[in-house]
Amino acid sequence: MARIAGVDLPRNKRIVVALTYIFGVGDSRARKILDAAGVDGSTRTRDLSEEDVSRLRREIEQSYKVEGQLRTEVSMNIKRLMDIGSYRGLRHRRGLPVRGQRTHTNARTHKGKKRAVAGKKAPPRK
Amino acid sequence: MPRSVKKGPYIDEKLLLKIEGMNSRNEKKVVRTWARSSTIPPEFVGHTIAVHNGNKFVPVYISENMVGHKLGEFAPTRLFRGHGGKLADKRSKVR
Repeated sequence: MARIAGVDLPRNKRIVVALTYIFGVGDSRARKILDAAGVDGSTRTRDLSEEDVSRLRREIEQSYKVEGQLRTEVSMNIKRLMDIGSYRGLRHRRGLPVRGQRTHTNARTHKGKKRAVAGKKAPPRK
Repeated sequence: MPRSVKKGPYIDEKLLLKIEGMNSRNEKKVVRTWARSSTIPPEFVGHTIAVHNGNKFVPVYISENMVGHKLGEFAPTRLFRGHGGKLADKRSKVR
């Protein structure tokens, strides 16, 4: 069982893909990690030797911030924006898009699921 | 797209001059400015700057965390009082 950075990697996938299951590791980072550790990316996770796994683990621990640590960093960055009272912080507080997108329609990713507005008539159904 | 590194940050020159003068004389006064697009350099830390928001000057106390942001980020230009309905009516009267 390959467990890296507190995440179980899927066994039946190639290791390049499996590494991307770690928060903070995407396609390109996965490839860089494999290069640095000298592991062939196309081997399946279950076929990796114990030694390979530990080399990958060491490489990730040394060079990158992943999972919990990374999540904390991101939320600290957001918290900083909110604390200094900047426009971006205000947008985070209100749950609205931060980078100037329109909010008349869309923006559902950040606003979350639609909430009904009291007193607003439903559009006529055909 | 970020500003070219070659040019360095945009800092309103007159404002910087004023603040530096105040720093050397060790005084603190509220400075009014319209330079919303000016980046905040470390020299501003500890000063209060009144940034125009199109209507009035919003006093902004510059803390260390704000360095590198722009002055305008701290003086919102829009006031949202909510959409229609009784609730919104009440709220807009209060303010």
